[in-house]
Amino acid sequence: MHNTGKVIIGLLIFLVIAAFPIWYAVAGGKTGDLPELEKAVKGENCVIDSVEMREIHMALLDEWRDEVVREDDRWYKSMTLDSTIEKSLTRSCLGCHTSKADFCDRCHNYLAVSPYCWDCHVDPKEFK
Amino acid sequence: MSALFALLMIIILLLISIIGTEVLGLNYVFGVIIPYAAIALFLVGFVYRIIRWANSAVPFKITTTCGQQKSHPWIKHSSLEAPHSTWGVIGRMALEVLFFRSLFRNTKADLKEGPRLVYGPSKWLWAAGLVFHWSFLIILLRHFRFFAEPAPFFVSGLQSLDGFFQIGLPIFYITSVAIVAALAFLFVRRLNDPKLRYISLGSDYFALFLILSIAISGILMRHTGLRADIVDVKQLAMGLVSFHPNVPESIGVMFFIHLFFVSVLFGYFPFSKLMHMGGIFMSPTRNMANNNREKRHVNPWDYPVKTHTYEEWEDEFRDVMKAAGMPLEKEK
Repeated sequence: MHNTGKVIIGLLIFLVIAAFPIWYAVAGGKTGDLPELEKAVKGENCVIDSVEMREIHMALLDEWRDEVVREDDRWYKSMTLDSTIEKSLTRSCLGCHTSKADFCDRCHNYLAVSPYCWDCHVDPKEFK
Repeated sequence: MSALFALLMIIILLLISIIGTEVLGLNYVFGVIIPYAAIALFLVGFVYRIIRWANSAVPFKITTTCGQQKSHPWIKHSSLEAPHSTWGVIGRMALEVLFFRSLFRNTKADLKEGPRLVYGPSKWLWAAGLVFHWSFLIILLRHFRFFAEPAPFFVSGLQSLDGFFQIGLPIFYITSVAIVAALAFLFVRRLNDPKLRYISLGSDYFALFLILSIAISGILMRHTGLRADIVDVKQLAMGLVSFHPNVPESIGVMFFIHLFFVSVLFGYFPFSKLMHMGGIFMSPTRNMANNNREKRHVNPWDYPVKTHTYEEWEDEFRDVMKAAGMPLEKEK
């Protein structure tokens, strides 16, 4: 083999980079812990089906933001609750899921999602 | 024809993943066994091919005439285009790997009316190639949010840069558009030019289609109703990297399609032209220093030739030559 040393070093660098998730998991120690979410303080149902909510809450909030800010359309007719709720992150969402840190952030941190909700909104709890 | 063949292969792969998970319910096979097999094949195959390449003979030092070679001190030499030191070679290789320096030199020849042959620059392949490769790298790095807990430092920076325009929620990434556009261009480019279409093989189209399928299935999963629950996805990914694999029940078919295409890409990699990822480092015109005048390069194919020098010849016939009065180099 020509330039054996250089080829071996190159291959080792390749293998170390390729195995990054494995040694990162060994060194970091955290692997299988799933995020645990705090239970809502009141009510049985969310404003839509909770499985669907897990999937599309970001799109729903995005829609609500546009409707409230641009069209002054502030009320949402919830099928699951059979009532009308306010389209408000701080009052409706955080009304039941009272802690941003124990609810929103659990999954978001787990998956390195940094939603820009909090560029404008505040978690009332953190500012007491 | 070869493009249709490649398309057919992609459709077959798509059907395999759909039937395998939706009809036969082989979620464990598609979620654990195939990905492990693909990664093992990728690593072993990659190393094997690099070692085979490293074992091939290097008969000549190939100097490329891209720049002035280092010679006399008063002649300015080009240290990146014709490097004479290892650091220069590393610099040239970095330009090649990161910015496709030699593809930037690409030219085209057009036959105009007259007939007149016109040469000109041709940067489109370079531009689309660069966009595609960088997008693919950024997308790969972004995916480390699934493979590492906590997510590595570069993930959030890349995500916020890539989602700079904040279009929609989940935010539409710039690289999602860029990779699909670049791959579409690279495909149309092959079809558009008759010369290029003639030399394009099924494997050329297959690689394009496969990566395009991966990109599109990923985009569909992120932005349409064919969503996968990313908490489940991370659970599966972390199970794979920590060697405690488990497949959450609720993972949807779109995820399995995406994962199967990725597995095929990894498994196919060492057998395909995609090996240029490792091969670029083995290309002689890029990795050999242009130092022919400083160091002698010995051809390994040179075998010991039997020689008979004049000195030896004179030794053999000295007496006879002396007797005949012929001039000698050495008088004994």
